[in-house]
Amino acid sequence: MLILGCGNRQRGDDAAGILAAERLRALGLAAEVCVGEAAELMEAWSGVDDVIVIDAVVTGAPTGTVQVWDGQRPPVFATSAGSTHGLGVAQAIELARALDRLPARLRVYGIEGKNFEIGSAVSPEVERAVEDAVNGIVAEVKAGP
Amino acid sequence: MNGSRTIKVDTLARVEGEGALYIKMAGERVADVKLRIYEPPRLFEAFLRGRHFSEAPDITARICGICPIAYQMSAIHAIERALGIKIAPEVRLLRRLFYCGEWIESHALHVYMLHAPDFLGYQDVIELARDHRPVVEKALRLKKIGNRIVQVMGGREIHPISAAVGGFHKAPAKSQLRELVSELEWALETSLEAVKWTSTLEFPDFEQDYEFVALRHPEEYPFNEGRLVSNRGLDIDAAEYEDRFAEFHVKHSNALHSVVRGRGSYLVGPLARFNLNFDKLPEVAQKAALQVGLKPPVKNLFRSIVVRAVELVFACAEALRIIGQYEPPAAPRVAAPNRRGVGKAITEAPRGILYHRYAVDENGLIVTAKIVPPTSQNQKRIEDDLREYASHLAAWPLDEATWKCEQAVRCYDPCISCATHFLKVVIERE
Repeated sequence: MLILGCGNRQRGDDAAGILAAERLRALGLAAEVCVGEAAELMEAWSGVDDVIVIDAVVTGAPTGTVQVWDGQRPPVFATSAGSTHGLGVAQAIELARALDRLPARLRVYGIEGKNFEIGSAVSPEVERAVEDAVNGIVAEVKAGP
Repeated sequence: MNGSRTIKVDTLARVEGEGALYIKMAGERVADVKLRIYEPPRLFEAFLRGRHFSEAPDITARICGICPIAYQMSAIHAIERALGIKIAPEVRLLRRLFYCGEWIESHALHVYMLHAPDFLGYQDVIELARDHRPVVEKALRLKKIGNRIVQVMGGREIHPISAAVGGFHKAPAKSQLRELVSELEWALETSLEAVKWTSTLEFPDFEQDYEFVALRHPEEYPFNEGRLVSNRGLDIDAAEYEDRFAEFHVKHSNALHSVVRGRGSYLVGPLARFNLNFDKLPEVAQKAALQVGLKPPVKNLFRSIVVRAVELVFACAEALRIIGQYEPPAAPRVAAPNRRGVGKAITEAPRGILYHRYAVDENGLIVTAKIVPPTSQNQKRIEDDLREYASHLAAWPLDEATWKCEQAVRCYDPCISCATHFLKVVIERE
């Protein structure tokens, strides 16, 4: 299994995925950190059957909401607004689908952010949501596939 | 067509990051063009103050996930000038190889995945992948070889850690670089195909009288060194940059606009480099360009996709040349003792010249830092282009005109994540 936390530490709530990955590591789970760029993600999960991606998202839900999507289903979230690049996590999944490069199992933990300004702090709601996402992932890993 | 309209692109897709573009039309006349971008480097300038100079390469690498090496290189060269350090020739070559990796990654991404969909009539690379899978597969493989160079040189792919003031923390073994050769040979062939393929695309008839600005080196196509020159007689050392270029605030953008003092907007990036340094391209790249009828001066920005493909050829050929003659340096790094000084440097990021200036004190702490990224330098030029281009689109349906304006902006491959935050385009017609 591969766990990938995406984001940019310098951009407020966009750090959510990275913070979650670091927390998971502290709990003894192997989790990787990445920017969240499409080619990078596809490369990272190539040859892996079971993948969890954690990223900050903007869906209109209250800040700090944690949503979990099944990457095998058709597009469920339009953008990962915190991503600093033209091709982010959502595009990576759709591109991978078009190229038959999707892992057999892929879950996306989206943490709703509100503040993506450079140099700003992570919102308290997002800090709490990181804990919720981490707890969810730990439970999922313990339960097994 | 009578009346006014506004072209808005609310989310300009396929640029690195996001920003906003607003165009107001009054009949056929363009009443107003505003490109609105935020500018993280300004904040990074503040982060850098009080930090030791040795931290600058790693801190500035975080400004951009796509061109971290450009930031490292400009930072390192500027600080080395402040400290009066001279590096070994082998280290200089390794830095060129490092830059080749970044150019391959960045240009492969833009040519195939961000820019090609515009010419082939697709909304994005996902639609493109459904119909032209081999094209996207090639892009990913090319990008990967760029990544591998960066990984070998940098220690890790994103935000490399190995480059340092004075050289590299460690130099790669000969065998590590040799392993890259077969993939690079494939990349060179693929880049040559890309030149042919991109040259068959249809380009709008839109030429402008640009002032092209790029580095120029006596022997090589520019990466890290050279004088700053233009097609209008500019020929200066990086140290004179701020004397000849001015930055000013505009109300509608967080980013500063740059102009050549006494003249106005200018263009940096692939077109400028190609037009000013065609004679320094390796023969294989020159031939590839000439075969498809591409020769300087190229004044149509839409053809930048072909020029980027030519620069891919260059970067692959240059990487192979460097690896072929590589001998590990006796010492990967020279000492960089603390010393008070000011240093300024310019290197060629994939998108154009990147200027850094640092003042350091006797303890090696940064007193002031200044960073002028390529996209800010092109910002005024983008507005000038749009003012002209949008007037040709007055009779077009609003959605098509908006789409065309987005495409014009994408020709610049604006790295909005270093120069800006959200990019949204709006065309308003009254």
